[in-house]
Amino acid sequence: MKLYEIAHSRTGDKGNVSTISVIAYKEEDYKRLKDGVTPEKVLEWFRPVGATKVDRYEVPSIGALNFVLANTLGGGVTCSLALDTHGKSLSGLMLELDI
Amino acid sequence: MKKLRIASGAGYAGDRIEPALANIVHGNVDYIVFECLAERTIALAQKDKLEDPSKGYNHLLEYRMEKVIPLLKDHPVKVITNMGAANPIAAAQKINEIALANNMPDLRIAAVVGDDILESIESYYGLDIMETGEKLETVKDKIISANAYIGGRAISEALAAGADIVVTGRVADPSLFTGPIMHEFGKSYDDYNFLGKTIVAGHLLECGGQVTGGYFADPGHKDVEALWDVPFPILTFNEDGSMAIEKLPNTGGLLNEATVKEQLLYEIQDPANYTTPDTVADFSNVAVRENGDGTVSILNATGKEKTGTLKVSVGYVDGYIGEAEISYGGHNCLPRARLAAEIITKRIELLGLPYREVRTDHIGVNSLYGDAALHFDANVPSEVRLRIAVRAQNEEHAAAIGREVEALYVNGPAGGGGVRKTTTKVVTVASVLVPEEDLNIAICWEGGKHETV
Repeated sequence: MKLYEIAHSRTGDKGNVSTISVIAYKEEDYKRLKDGVTPEKVLEWFRPVGATKVDRYEVPSIGALNFVLANTLGGGVTCSLALDTHGKSLSGLMLELDI
Repeated sequence: MKKLRIASGAGYAGDRIEPALANIVHGNVDYIVFECLAERTIALAQKDKLEDPSKGYNHLLEYRMEKVIPLLKDHPVKVITNMGAANPIAAAQKINEIALANNMPDLRIAAVVGDDILESIESYYGLDIMETGEKLETVKDKIISANAYIGGRAISEALAAGADIVVTGRVADPSLFTGPIMHEFGKSYDDYNFLGKTIVAGHLLECGGQVTGGYFADPGHKDVEALWDVPFPILTFNEDGSMAIEKLPNTGGLLNEATVKEQLLYEIQDPANYTTPDTVADFSNVAVRENGDGTVSILNATGKEKTGTLKVSVGYVDGYIGEAEISYGGHNCLPRARLAAEIITKRIELLGLPYREVRTDHIGVNSLYGDAALHFDANVPSEVRLRIAVRAQNEEHAAAIGREVEALYVNGPAGGGGVRKTTTKVVTVASVLVPEEDLNIAICWEGGKHETV
């Protein structure tokens, strides 16, 4: 199953860090997110775009996880050579995860 | 129980104006807040100010205020904005001119100043840059701006002194909302728990339409109606700290639990420790509930004692970026685009161009996810766009890459078309933490009277 079948996501940026939320459409799916979307798995998935570290924060009150990925923005929004300098499209990569 | 109604008027510097005007006219609101400063906007505005001391505020200030101010005659809504950017005093003077031209000489306009610490930046050269860990001293020759993210207190005080319009430079985005809420309910800035509630309110409203259906739609998964008419949100904040968001009736967009949850976590790192100048807000227990009337309630936000330091964005010039693109189509287009990239890479070597960094993308194939594009099913593309971006120390070298890509018309693979090329001066930022007490925040009234806060 792809993550996009049970969750939605939005990406934000701070410096050279991406913040990517993963929010269950139905709060009863939160446990599947918690078990299936581990920080280790996310780090492997995002390593090709530069991620070197992933922190995961749990927000059970809204059935969501919040991921903070270091070094995904090519040095940071204000000086990156990437087309998508903010990494705003990275939510689409997150939702492609197999769980 | 006393209630306060606050509308969003803008979610970024170039945002649309019509949803803001609709909120003033139809929203029955007490305040409207225009959040218009991205991370490096002030650095760019500082350059405007250097060229013309009467400039340095948001480019759309006049455009917005010429439409907003006439409406305030029939709808006495107070206006808060960070459109002052690098020059809040000049912005206040411009707003006053517009008020006078609209026969509204009684409007009191307050400019909040003191976030700009460029004059004393030397004393902070020894601090570590948060992004890189290097000393600020390493970029000292290239610095063009230094602004602290300040809290809501000066806005509260300007309102208490009778301001109808408050224009600021750098204020932490959610604190633009904290200012009026704390003032209206007469709360103390030592009440961190209440401050945390103002921060969640401000955080949800500061990006305008992003909580009311903007940046949310994904056809078949998350459908949103009439995205050409996304409204900006309105929030009702009650004296007991409870709150609910709504959008104007008969507008497009969408407001529900899902749109609020996405915005709640947007740009947040640790939800339990969202550091702002006013408080360290805790969103980790926040719940959202759809009410039967189309509004969405936000529950359980709290706050902890502030850190006592303020983040300062230091703007500095950091070379140039050269950028150029060319498209290839039809059978075998990707190999031709790859060949084109190889040619350019070799040309950079032959010419000895001293780029600090070179990046090659094939738009339509790997420009967004790089090698992680392999996570997706590969389809043969019907087009691919090559893009080459370079980082250079001087403008001439940055521009050279565009000339090289253009030369692919006559010297490169068959059938290339649509070359575009740009050169951009890089203005980047470094952040440091300084003690709050180092700042001297003040309010300047239009007319120039200073009052130390």
